[in-house]
Formats: sequence, structure tokens, C-alpha cells
Amino acid sequence: MKLILRYLKPIWSSVVIAMTIKSVGTIAELALPYILSYVLGSVVVHENVSEIVFWGGLMVVCSVFACTLNVIANRRSELITRTAVEKLRQDLFEKTIRLSAAQTDKFTIASLESRITTDTYNIRHFLGTMQRMGIRQPIMLIGGVIITLAMDAHLAIVMIAMVPIVFAVVCFISMRGVPLYTKVQHSVDGMTRVVREDVSGIRVIKALSKETYEQNRYDVTNKALVKDEKKANITMGLVNPIMTLSMNLGIVVVVVLAAYRIQGGTSAPETVIAFMQYFTLISNALMGVTRLFVMFTKAEASSKRVDEILFCEEDLEVSDKSEHPDIETDKHIVFKNVSFSYEGKKNNLENINFEIERGGTLGIIGATGSGKSTIIKLLMRFYDVTDGAIYIDGKDIRTIPKDELYKLFGSAMQNDFLYADTIEENIRFGRNLSHEEIVEAARIAQADGFISAKKDGYESVLAVKGANLSGGQKQRVLISRAVATKPDILILDDSSSALDYKTDANLRKALAENIHDSTVITVAQRVSSVKNCDRILVLDEGEIIGYGTHDELMESCTEYREISESQMGGGFVE
Amino acid sequence: MNKLQNDIKGQSRKGETQKLDKKTRNGVLLRLSKYILQHKFLFAIAIILTLVSNQLALMGPQYSGDAIDAMASTGNVDFQAVWQNVVRMLACYIFSAVLSYVMAVLMIHISQKIVYTMRRELFEKLTNLPIGYFDTHPAGDMISRISYDIDTVNTSLSTDLVQVLTSIYTVVGSLVFMWQISKPLIIVFVITVPISVIMTQYRSKKVRPLFHKRSSELGELNGYAEEMLSGGRTISAYGMEEEISSRFGKRNKQAMDADYTAEYYGALLGPSVGLVNNLSLSLIMILGGIMYMFSSSGAVQEASLFFISLGGVAKFVQYSRKFAGPINEFAQIMNEFQSAFSAAERVFRILDENPEPADSPDALPLNEVNGEVELKDITFSYNKGRTILKGIDIHAEQGKTIAIVGPTGAGKTTIINLLMRFYEPDSGEITVDGTEIHDLKRSDLRRAYTMVLQDTWLFGGTIYENIAYGREDATMEEVREAARAAKMESYIEHLPNGYDTVISDDGVNISKGQRQLITIARAMLMNEKTHMLILDEATSNVDSRTEILIQEAMKKLMSGKTSFVIAHRLSTIRNADMILVLQNGEITECGTHDELMEKGGFYATLYNSQFV
Repeated sequence: MKLILRYLKPIWSSVVIAMTIKSVGTIAELALPYILSYVLGSVVVHENVSEIVFWGGLMVVCSVFACTLNVIANRRSELITRTAVEKLRQDLFEKTIRLSAAQTDKFTIASLESRITTDTYNIRHFLGTMQRMGIRQPIMLIGGVIITLAMDAHLAIVMIAMVPIVFAVVCFISMRGVPLYTKVQHSVDGMTRVVREDVSGIRVIKALSKETYEQNRYDVTNKALVKDEKKANITMGLVNPIMTLSMNLGIVVVVVLAAYRIQGGTSAPETVIAFMQYFTLISNALMGVTRLFVMFTKAEASSKRVDEILFCEEDLEVSDKSEHPDIETDKHIVFKNVSFSYEGKKNNLENINFEIERGGTLGIIGATGSGKSTIIKLLMRFYDVTDGAIYIDGKDIRTIPKDELYKLFGSAMQNDFLYADTIEENIRFGRNLSHEEIVEAARIAQADGFISAKKDGYESVLAVKGANLSGGQKQRVLISRAVATKPDILILDDSSSALDYKTDANLRKALAENIHDSTVITVAQRVSSVKNCDRILVLDEGEIIGYGTHDELMESCTEYREISESQMGGGFVE
Repeated sequence: MNKLQNDIKGQSRKGETQKLDKKTRNGVLLRLSKYILQHKFLFAIAIILTLVSNQLALMGPQYSGDAIDAMASTGNVDFQAVWQNVVRMLACYIFSAVLSYVMAVLMIHISQKIVYTMRRELFEKLTNLPIGYFDTHPAGDMISRISYDIDTVNTSLSTDLVQVLTSIYTVVGSLVFMWQISKPLIIVFVITVPISVIMTQYRSKKVRPLFHKRSSELGELNGYAEEMLSGGRTISAYGMEEEISSRFGKRNKQAMDADYTAEYYGALLGPSVGLVNNLSLSLIMILGGIMYMFSSSGAVQEASLFFISLGGVAKFVQYSRKFAGPINEFAQIMNEFQSAFSAAERVFRILDENPEPADSPDALPLNEVNGEVELKDITFSYNKGRTILKGIDIHAEQGKTIAIVGPTGAGKTTIINLLMRFYEPDSGEITVDGTEIHDLKRSDLRRAYTMVLQDTWLFGGTIYENIAYGREDATMEEVREAARAAKMESYIEHLPNGYDTVISDDGVNISKGQRQLITIARAMLMNEKTHMLILDEATSNVDSRTEILIQEAMKKLMSGKTSFVIAHRLSTIRNADMILVLQNGEITECGTHDELMEKGGFYATLYNSQFV
């Protein structure tokens, strides 16, 4: 609720105007049954047709007036909703995209995504309904109660007594229903997960003839879903009959009571008729308020989730030089005693030290999970080091403003990001680059050939995640993107693994010839990808077990020699 | 709440409910009713309950009107009549509530049974479809059919169907009651019903398309957010937050524009329903008031068509409200039916797909396999006109290793697809131990191979279940042994739950390389039973050091088996008995490593390039 109020604050005056219009319209509508009972009770006895027509005409005017005001108010409310939600969603997205990698990991991408989509939608829906119904229903409810009290206090008390009972019962059921529906959602996820898995693994399933097994596995989730959904629906199905029944019982009591009061001369038949009119109005309003209440709890949960992101503390702030002082060095990149742990338990990197000259090249090689990519993530400050420091041109990277820091890099990572747009746009990636620069980059990355061979060339549109390219083609587009600005530091993180040896070799040659000013860090599994680097770092379980040139390592590092021999020479296939 | 769910569903389907032509719609209707007819007994009870419950609810106002009529004026209240009517009212309302709940529960039972059956049928169908279907249809589409579409049908069956019956009954019922109370007053509806009709048309012609647009815009916005979030790291690596946010802003504005436009025109609908109700009330008051005036003064006789009592006016007003409600809802429900029909049609379309052709009745079982495989003059294309394989001849002798190399897209994986009979060749034949694979039982043929693919597939079960997937009868010891051979044992045993660790979708706790090792362990476990092996980039995600470590196991996997190996790393294939170079769907070179190196062709260039 705080979140919603915060976003309504700047447009507070519009909110007040819309609410006022809405209130006037609602009051006009409330007048109708009052006129009805007045006419039937007091006017009819005058036996004057034109008087009846006059009052009837007034009712028509009231109806049209109420309708017009309602439409105007609704439209103004929509404008308010729109302004608030657009801003909210924008703020949320901007904040989300700026979350640090550690924060993204913590929230998970799926959850961040649903906050931007489902949660803002829930809030939008609530805000709209709240303005349409949130004014109208309470006024109907309270106004109706006041008028009936004025008409006949005794009868009114019967009705007022019904209100809290109905409200409590419906809220009780709904509160029980919400967790049931959460459970249903959970079962739906379980059911679709099996479908998703099986669609992607259909080759394996068919190869092993496991169709029946999978059908049984699916059946379990299907049955669970049916069970949960039945339970939730049957529980929630109680709401309507109970609500209708309660209100109808109220009518019965009113009729009985009215009979005694008319007999005693304290009430009149026409009052009872008007009274029943209000009764319907009030019970409808009551149902509306109840529904609003349920909707509120849902929107409240959503706003909490959104606020969690909006108030998430800025991670990885730029520190002061006094805290992380510069060092004297002529090297471009320096890692000094760097240790790092993702979860704060076991160190994923342990005491890493190395230096790279400006324009130099470094290769990093090691087993899966040895910490190769982690070094890159630390260098680009996706995470902060746990111990030690990283320097670029002698400056601790924690003291470099983010924008400046990221401008230094061009990077192509494993499983990197391609999106549904033209190839040219995927390479340009929003930067200020000419078509020529892009073609040049693609040529270096060995991508120009296959791109030009496409019917639309650089204008060819990629599918989501670049699904219409082969693995090797994707990697080449990503490398094009990385080299397009001739960055200070070029990072190729396992970015040529899907290329065949010949293309890989050509790529390396082109890189050496064309971007000799950049400092290049290559992470790879293939010795051939790193063997020509100035220095090669061999990692094992987060520690450096070899550091030197290819020839030095072949001499001194057993593991490196093993890898090299397995790839270059005697294989294991016999 | 329901509406909200529907809205969200609408978004994810990007509002693609299109109108069906009449013939398809009738077909869909017929098939849907077959599902309902499976429960015809329960369904009939539900209908009867609905009608009775509504009749009772309709009779309530009748009795309350009668009760009020019995209270003529002070001192003249006919208590006997009042109480009689009060008891009747009580009975009506209580029974009506109970019956409507029983009916709701019944409908939930029926619809859940139908939905369960539909989902089961759809899933069974999916598992029986040929691989080609999965290669040409997006997974998301299949998932949305089995979840959203079936759910739409479900909602429609469980609520709308009853709602329609109720509405029709209420409209007709109220009209009958009003007719009985006062025929002249019915005239009021001559004015108000046309207004309702106009509003309905306004809704379907003007407003509905706007809401469709809103759904699709919102769907696009969601898609964009999803895409950009998945690339979050790259975006910050390139410092593009500002740019991407402003692009999101444009789409956000577009979506909100559509949202606002839809709501702007939609804003007319709610109040207009109120207007129609209030107009009816006003007109009934004028007409009814005048008639009551003359009736109470005695100017109109009780027998006259124009006579009306005060209770009569009260009853009429109550029925008029009942009458107007459903007419307004009707258009809404019709829309929901429309989308339920399109949803059902999408489901039926999968059910009507051709499954993998059944084995011919005289298909031979494949028990003892030696593993001699021969491809003779195979030609194949996925789409007519674009040939992938041309005149392929391969003879794999028992126990030999055949390596296939070639550039991406040359057709290497296609050969595997044909060997496994995932696709059928256009011409030529494939034999195993001299028997055409067409004449073999498909499941026997497939189970005769052990297969490790580049795309490692694990499902959301425990590590144990994933390794034992190919052999359900495997003991814990055998699974352990396979994991040990695949160098996964120490990793698995260090997990808090060991072999019972559940592998999650996104596989946070498990890297690509480790996933591949698990599939290799799975293959190891199936090892003894098969005599043919397919390795399609089986170790591409495993780093070189681990690859060395699992050498022994891979050797064991391949020993004595006819093996087909596809790999990028040439070191893994240089010892093959025969290396085939596949280029543009044709075999251009063929021989052992030494022969091909000597020849100095494509293979030699490729092999040497790794030393550059």
C-alpha cells in the first residue's frame, strides 16, 4: 500500500478530483430508491399524474447524471493508474537491470521477471479496480446504511447486523482459498515442467523407448494438479452460495419485522419496498468490498515483492581512493593476492596473482569449475573480491565509476546474450557505430562470410536467443560485438569452443593482426586457443598451478602437458 | 480473481484467439460434447439441480411481494399470510443455496475429470509423435496448449456452461413472473433492452479489439523484459543499462497507451449497465406509480389488466433487476465461449497429428544383435527440395568405430537421426545385421543403441534416477560404479544429499560438463546390453583434463561395439577404424587417419589447423 501511495503522491490532486466526481455520481445513484419510496408513499396519494411523471423524470435525470459522472471519473482514474504504473514499471526495470550479479543470483532471473510482469500487473489491476469500486462500494454501503437508518432504524439494524457476519465468513473462506490457489500454481508448474523436460529430451526418451515411463511420470503430476485444483475450487465455491443465502436470510427477517412494525403503526408498506431496494444495493456493495479486500491482499503481496527490488541497497558502490589506494605500476592489469568466494564458505579462487602488459595477451586454461570464468567476473566487477585487489592502470577497480570501467571492456562469453533483432543491431548493441565498423568487426570475427551469404545480410533478423544460428555462428556474432569498438581490454571467455579448428585459427590470426592495441584475455579449453598467448595461467580448483609461456609450461607443468598432449597428439580412441 | 487470471492467460497467449469458421466450430463443439457425454449422468443431474435452484431463487421475490401485500396498513396485517410466505421464502432460499453449491461441486468434479482426460490424451499423443514434430514446433507452444488452453476449456466448462443455463433460465423466468404481475409494465423493456443490445455491440465491435491489442502489447513487453533480463550481465558489461532502459521505456509507454485506450473506451461499459438498471427503475416507477395510484383509488378494477398492488410494484422492481443482469453478462460469456473453442481447437489439432507409424504386424524383434550396420545409397531431406544427404553408403562392420567429421550443417547428426529411425530416409536402405530396419520393432532397434548426445538431457529427478534412467532394474552398486567410471563419484558424494540430490531445471548446482558426465554415466550403465554406440559430440562440454580421466571408461564403453562417433576434437577420432568426411551431404573422403593425412585433403587441412 505504501508503494502505491508513493506513486500516487505526485498526482495527488488528480486523484482527489476523480474521487470527488465519483462520489457525487454515486450519491446521485443512491437517491434513486429514496425517490421511489417517497413517490409510492407520499406522492401517489395526491393522485396527480404529472407529479409522478415529474419525480420519475428526476429519476431519469439522476440516472443519466450518475452514469455520466461515473464514466468521466473512470476515465480520469485510468489516466491516474496509467501514469503511476508506467512510472513504477519503468523504475522497477531500471533498478532491476542495474542490480549486481550477486543480487541477481540471489533473486533469480525468473523471479525478477515475474516481478516486472505479473506483480506490476497485479498492482495495475488493483489500482484500477480500487478507483472504480473502492470509492463507490463503501459509499453505497455506508450511504445505504445511513439512509435505511433514517427510514426505519429497527429494520436497518437487522441489516447492519448481517454485514460483519457476511464479511467475516467470506474473508475467512477467501483467506483459506489463497494458499490453496498458491498450491495449485505450484502443481501447474510441476505439470508443465514434465512437459517441458520431455519435449526437450524426446530423442533420449525415444532412444530408450521410455514413452510409457514418461506417461506415468506425467500422470502423477496431472493427478496432483487435479486434486489441488478441485480442493481450491470446492472451497472457494462456498463463497457465493453463503453470501447470497446470508443476504436473503436478512430479507426474510426484515419482512417479519416489518409486518410487526406496520401492525404497530411504526412503519409503512412503501418504506419496506424501498428498504428492500436498499438491501439489494447494500448487499451488492458488501460483496464488492469483500472482493476488494481479497484483491488487496494479493496486490499487497505484489507491492512487497516490488519494493524488495526498489529498496534493494546499491551493491558494488564506488569506493574512495583512501580506502583502496592506487599502486605504482606500468602494467595494464594486476591481480594481487585475489581470493574470492561466491557463498562465503569455500573459496572459489585462492590467492591469485598475475600481471599483464598493455597490449599483452593472457590465456587461462583449466578444468570445468576451476575458476576460469570467475577471474573474468571479478575483473569486470560483477562481484567484488573477498580478499586482495585488482588494478587496471594502477587503479583499484573498486574506485573506478561503473560506466568508465565497463567502457574499457569488450567481452564475448560462453552462452552470451543475443536477442531478437537484426544481426547488425546485435553487433552494434546500442552503441554509436557505423555500418562499416560493424562489417569490419564481423570480418575480424570470421562472421562476415556467413552473414553476407544470408539473403538479408546484416539485416537478417535473429530469433530470440539467436536460436536460428548454429553454435559457431552465434559465437562469431558475439566476438564481432566484442571487437567492434576495439576495446582497451578484450575478453574471450570460452567464446570459440564451437568453432572448428580451422576457423578458430583464422580468428586468432585476424585478432592478432587487427587489434594489436588491446589487452586480450582468452579463456579456453583448447590448448591451441591459448598457446600463442604471452602468458598462460593454468588453474585447478581455484588455484594457479602453472603460469608462463606455452613452452615453459610444457616443461614445468604436468597438467598442462597432459592437456596439450591429449588434444594435439595421441587420443584415446583405439 | 478469475478475471485477472484470464487476463494474464490472455497476455501469455498474446491474444491470439481468432474466430473460427462455422464448420470447425461445429466440429469442435461435437468433440467437446463427447467428453461431456462420458459423464452424461452426472451432467444431467447438474443441469436439473441448476434449474431447480434457479427456480427456487426466482420464487423468493414472489413470496416476499405476497408477504408485503399481506401488510395492508397499520392494524390490518394478515399475520397468517405473512408467516406462510416467510416460511416459503426461507425454504426457497435455503434450498436454492444448498442446491447451487451441490451443483457447483458436481460441475467441478465433471470438469476436472474431463480436463484430466484431455491432458492425459494430449501428453500420450505428444510422446507418440515423430521427432520431426518436435524439431519443427516450438516447445513453448506445446506447453501452452497443455496448460493454458486446456485450462481455458476447463474454466468454460465448469463455470460458463452453467452460467449460460442459469442466465437463460433467469431471463425467461423473470419475464414470465413479470408478465404475470403486470403485462403493461413490460413495455419498459422495449426501451431499455435495445440500449443493452447497443452496449453489447459497442463492446464487441469497439472495445474488444482494443483489449486484444492491450493483451498483445503487454505480452510483447513481457517478452522484451524477459529477453533483456536474461542478458543482464552482458548489458552491464557493455554499460548499456541507460540505452536498454530507454528502449524498455518506449515499449512500456506503448503498452500503457494500449492499456489506457482500451480502458478509456471500456470505461463506458460498467456505468452503462447501471444506467440501464436505473432507467428501468425510473420508468417502472412512473408507469407503476400511475397504475398503483389508480388501482388504490379504485379507478382501476382489480380484474383489470392495469391493476397493480404495492407488493406487485415491489416484486416487479426486483424481477426487473434479475432480468437485466444476465442480458448484460451474456455477451461476456459468449466471448469466453469463443476463446474456449479456439483453445479446444488448438488442443484437438495436436490430437489429430499423425503419430509415428505403428510397427508392421510382422515386425521382427531384435534380440541378439551383432552390430553390423549398413547404409545403402541413402538420400534424405527434411523439407522437400533441400537435400541434406545424397547417396550415402556406409558399411560398419561389427565392433568397428566409424568417425564422421565435417563442417557444421554437413549432415552428421542427420545420419544419427536415420540410424535411430527418428526420421525415415527418402530412398535407400539401412540394415542391422542384414535386416532392413523397417522390418524391425522400432523400440528394439532403438534400445539396441547406447547413445550420448551433445545436448545433455536430465530430468527433474534425483541423480540416481537420472543415471538409472536407461535401466530401471539397476542396483545402487551398479549406479555407483557407472558414476565412478564417469569420474562423477566424488562430486556426487560431496553433495549434501548424494545420489538423492534432485536436479533442478536451471541446474544451478551442476555445470554443463557435469551434466554431460551424468549422461555418460547413464550410457555406461546400459553398456552391457547393447552392441551399438552413438557418440554425438559426447564430450564437447567436458574439459580436456576430465576427458583424459574418463578415457578408460570411454574405451570400455566402445570396446566390442559398433560405434558411430561425431566430434570436433580431432584427437578423439584419429584412432577410428574408418573416418568419413561429410561435406554438403556427400562423403568426400574416407579412410583411416593415416590414409587421409597422406591424401592431404580436407581432413588433413582440418587436422593441421589445430597446430597453427
